[in-house]
Amino acid sequence: MRLGVAFWISLCWIAIVVASAASARWWAIPEPDRMDWNHICAAPGTIINEVVLQPGKEMEISKYISLLGTDTKGRDIVSRIIYGARISISIGLLAPLIGLLIGGLLGCLAGFYRGAMESSIVVAMDIILAFPGLILLLAVTFYLGSNLQNLILSLGFLTIPVFCRVARAKTLALRSLEFVQAARLTGAGNVTILYREIIPNVIIPVAIYGLVVVAFMIMAEGALSFLGLGIPAPTPSWGGMIADGREVLDEAPHVSLIPSAIMFLTVFSFNLIGDSLRNYFEHGKSQI
Amino acid sequence: MQIIAKKLSRFLLVVVAVSAFTFLLVNLLPGDVAYIVGGEDATLEDIKVIHERLGLDRNVVVRYFIWLQKSARGDLGVSILTNEPVLGTILARLPVTIELLIISQCIALMLALPAGIASAYKSGSMFDRFVNGIGLSTLSIPSFVMALLTIYLFSIKLRWLPATGYTSFSVSLGDNLKSFILPGLSIALIEWVVLMRVLRSDMITTLRQDFILMARAKGLPPWRVLLQHALRPSSFTLITILGIQIGRHLGEAVIVETIFALPGIGRLLVNAIYSRDYILVQGCILLITIGYVTINSVVDIIYAILDPRIRKELSHG
Repeated sequence: MRLGVAFWISLCWIAIVVASAASARWWAIPEPDRMDWNHICAAPGTIINEVVLQPGKEMEISKYISLLGTDTKGRDIVSRIIYGARISISIGLLAPLIGLLIGGLLGCLAGFYRGAMESSIVVAMDIILAFPGLILLLAVTFYLGSNLQNLILSLGFLTIPVFCRVARAKTLALRSLEFVQAARLTGAGNVTILYREIIPNVIIPVAIYGLVVVAFMIMAEGALSFLGLGIPAPTPSWGGMIADGREVLDEAPHVSLIPSAIMFLTVFSFNLIGDSLRNYFEHGKSQI
Repeated sequence: MQIIAKKLSRFLLVVVAVSAFTFLLVNLLPGDVAYIVGGEDATLEDIKVIHERLGLDRNVVVRYFIWLQKSARGDLGVSILTNEPVLGTILARLPVTIELLIISQCIALMLALPAGIASAYKSGSMFDRFVNGIGLSTLSIPSFVMALLTIYLFSIKLRWLPATGYTSFSVSLGDNLKSFILPGLSIALIEWVVLMRVLRSDMITTLRQDFILMARAKGLPPWRVLLQHALRPSSFTLITILGIQIGRHLGEAVIVETIFALPGIGRLLVNAIYSRDYILVQGCILLITIGYVTINSVVDIIYAILDPRIRKELSHG
């Protein structure tokens, strides 16, 4: 069982997105909020000549090729995509991390101790799952304000039940296996077994599942920004860029479609990596 | 019966959680609630009126029960901007959202049925892998991007349908349906994948059974075997999923209604958020969430009644 070409391509794409988001400051690109009213909705590949006037020096003309064009306010799309990736990637990675830590731990506890603890955790998770996600999100960001921290926390909260379910299922499958019983026979207590035997074996399948949640979180953040309810305006975000281009979809479709394509590729890559890894590990198990 | 009682008690628990949550949202806002509810240009008298109306001089718990009592009677307060009762405003918008959800599910079924049947019949073939690949990529397209793509393709490039504009049911049925095609399609284009996958896997199981072999041995053509013998026993899960999905798409409806300017609940909620109409937002969230929870529970209970396997599973777990 091999991971396949598509897996590696996806991994490269994610690496590129993450690396460029992290190194955004050192790129030779205009600031993401720098407006240029002479080049509104410029097509991809437009060459932008810029006159630089500095006292005591000759007039300079600097040339800049706007690879992906400019948006409705003349801002460079490459730059906004790279800076927007910071928001998408940090929310996409940090929110599931909260869910993974809290939900994963609760799931392990529920699956390991069973009894009253299990049923109360399961009921609590069912209640969270009963809320329609996007509505809950709209409510929280509306009433508490939408900044990066609130978004990460509320999105993270929403992912707790899914992680909890997966972790509980895995723990249930593990708890009666031989190696856990062996540990018990050597005199290990519950906490030690949970910490040294159960959690290390649960964390990998749960983390792989988390990749699909990452994809979902990027889409959810996009939807919020698209509605104008995500991170407030001057900060670039992919959803916000797509929303900006709506007005000019007719004459300059690239303003919306380029960030859409970037978002699609990123989400698709996370989904594909998650799917491939899951197949890879499940297949590996069935061979044993 | 025991299962139904269990489900009902869980439903009530969720409803209480939902109501407490929506109540707390407004009441735990930092600062004096009356100033926030009243907005920036509220006069001191406005503040006084709001104070009295919300009963802010009393304890939070007492206020919650008063609010709960009022809400249960259908009094969700009045909108700050228009002074119209919240419940009436929401109910007036409800038919649009319901129509959108029904139309989108119908379109999704029209796509999922042939694709699911064909890929189950030819499972493992190129066609099956092709459909599966399309499915995986559609699941990576957020609904707002899908909505923009349908507008771009059908409205701007092909010029078949207008992108926005809503005609009421009472004015013209044809125009009314027309204004729902693109919004419905953009939900359906994401939705059909889930339905198709469920149908495909159930269909593959059915096709292995003896009665299908019997039907084939009788010399029936494949389409009759598939449609008359295999489809009905395979569509059980599909129907359940359909019910659950309708609830799930309330969230999607918010986005799609906003993009296509359909006057449904979702757009009402978003507009209320933009205009900071706290009481209206609270009412919308309460009703949408209760509606969602109710649909899910009803589907769950019906499923438990219909399918003996689930009944057994639940009483063990």
